[in-house]
Amino acid sequence: MIITTIGRKTNNSLEAFGRFWMFCLRTTRWMFTGMFQYRNWRLVMPQFYEVGNRSLPVIAITGTFVGMVLAVQAYDQLHAAGFAERMGVLLNLTLVQELGPVLAAVMLAGRVGGALTAELGTMNVTEQIDALRAMGSDPIRYLVVPRFLACLILCPMLTLFADVCGSLAGSWIAVGLKDIPYEPYTYYTMDAVAKWDMGVGFIKSLIFGWIIGMVACYKGFHCRAGAEGVGRACTEAFVAIFIAILIVDFFIATFSTGLYKMLYGFKSLV
Amino acid sequence: MMPESDTRQSDPSASRIGAPVVELRGVSKRFGSLEVLRDVSVKFRRGETTVIIGASGAGKSVILKHIVSLLKPDSGEVHCRGERIDTMTERELVAVRTHFGFLFQMGALFDSLTVAQNVAFPLVEHTQRAASDIAKTVSEKLRMVGLDGLQEKKPAQLSGGQRKRVGLARAIALDPEIILYDEPTTGLDPIRSDIINELILKLQRELNVTSIVVTHDMASVRKIGDRVVMLHEGKFIFDGSPEEMETSDVKIVRQFVEGRAEDEQLAGIRMKGKP
Ligand SMILES: Nc1ncnc2c1ncn2[C@@H]1O[C@H](COP(=O)(O)OP(=O)(O)OP(=O)(O)O)[C@@H](O)[C@H]1O
Ligand SMILES: [Mg+2]
Repeated sequence: MIITTIGRKTNNSLEAFGRFWMFCLRTTRWMFTGMFQYRNWRLVMPQFYEVGNRSLPVIAITGTFVGMVLAVQAYDQLHAAGFAERMGVLLNLTLVQELGPVLAAVMLAGRVGGALTAELGTMNVTEQIDALRAMGSDPIRYLVVPRFLACLILCPMLTLFADVCGSLAGSWIAVGLKDIPYEPYTYYTMDAVAKWDMGVGFIKSLIFGWIIGMVACYKGFHCRAGAEGVGRACTEAFVAIFIAILIVDFFIATFSTGLYKMLYGFKSLV
Repeated sequence: MMPESDTRQSDPSASRIGAPVVELRGVSKRFGSLEVLRDVSVKFRRGETTVIIGASGAGKSVILKHIVSLLKPDSGEVHCRGERIDTMTERELVAVRTHFGFLFQMGALFDSLTVAQNVAFPLVEHTQRAASDIAKTVSEKLRMVGLDGLQEKKPAQLSGGQRKRVGLARAIALDPEIILYDEPTTGLDPIRSDIINELILKLQRELNVTSIVVTHDMASVRKIGDRVVMLHEGKFIFDGSPEEMETSDVKIVRQFVEGRAEDEQLAGIRMKGKP
């Protein structure tokens, strides 16, 4: 009895997992085959506006305050240890590698992921997706690819924007309020934050963008009937994206530090 | 004035109605434990208007969705214009589906697009026509359903019946050969219903469209139907002309024609009156 229940549950989740990857595969295929048609590009622009432009304020606020909080928290300890001038290293490395990508992605997931799932979910339960299919237009091409591309491309750009806001806000606290001299602060920062760290941050945010776009669209396309089904799909999408981001973040961090040590050896920052 | 059935009889229907264009062979479909279709076989012939009647929840909409392969049968085959379509991929189905117009029961308009963009949608997706040409077709189709002038409205600003008619305009935008109407007159006033019925007849006469109409409206069954089929408990229990339907002695068909419920079906509401 219990075994059959467990068996059925595993079977169902395996099936859902397979469906998810099929969905990703079809999206990828349409991305390449649809690339050369003007009519498809016309669909992408409104989504870029929706995802990008509308998210700028939240991302700016997130970045700015995270930068300032980091600076305020770190200053006393570093000052006591006599490392205050190197505060920029700590601050910017944390921002570029960890907090920038993760927080920007989480904000984007909340702001856009939920809205995407709700929009597609409503279209699904009101038969609009069926109507698209019945008229011979692939809903993956028409609905999913533009939204997915917007998430994939804009997540790194918004992350970069959050990084810049945080970095500026942090240095304003450090140099402006805490009177750390400007030259050593920037010198140490420039010295420590290498292309490698930027690259890791970029790859992370690209993968997070992929997760947000794919999971939000998938959940919208496979939601249950009724307003309740749409609401539940939104919650599930957000939770799934959030957990996936944290787990993936851990694995990329482990992998990238390991790889760095293998390639260049250990780099001490102090 | 001649009664409607006479005008139809004067029409040489033997030559007008051709070979089967859509065929369901032994189609069964279940949703979870609910068995909706049981081994259903039916043919729809070219140029013929077939009306599907049946109780609410009988599976009429499910049948229409099988015809354009929006739903796949659990077993059985669906053939369309000589090809088997239930095994096709979405990509192969595109060519088949452009021959169809589908009016959804709830209209299924795209709510992010305006009325004009909705009606233009199949034209933009499947033709290379110029924008001015498309706008002309859109206004012509909207005039047919009595809505010209509402082009710039969003579906949310329309009434239920208006949405249904925009859906109809969209279904006929590409001048399809086969049109599936899911309750075209539900939610419309009697005059508007009659206009829609006339429109269905006109499309059939002038373009020799094959129509499959799901309806609960007995007036439109009599007016537009060449043939009536009735779905009951997952099977077709009646197949004949509207005249044969009127005189049928199958009990459930009689009840439909007369619009009358049996005593035992009324038991539920009678109980409340008596202690
Ligand atoms: N996608 C689906 N998933 C699960 N069940 C479904 C689905 N589509 C239809 N059903 C079920 O199939 C049955 C038949 O539905 P259908 O919509 O075909 O009824 P109908 O004959 O069109 O009724 P009405 O006249 O009220 O529109 C219903 O009981 C419905 O609950
Ligand atoms: Mg129905």
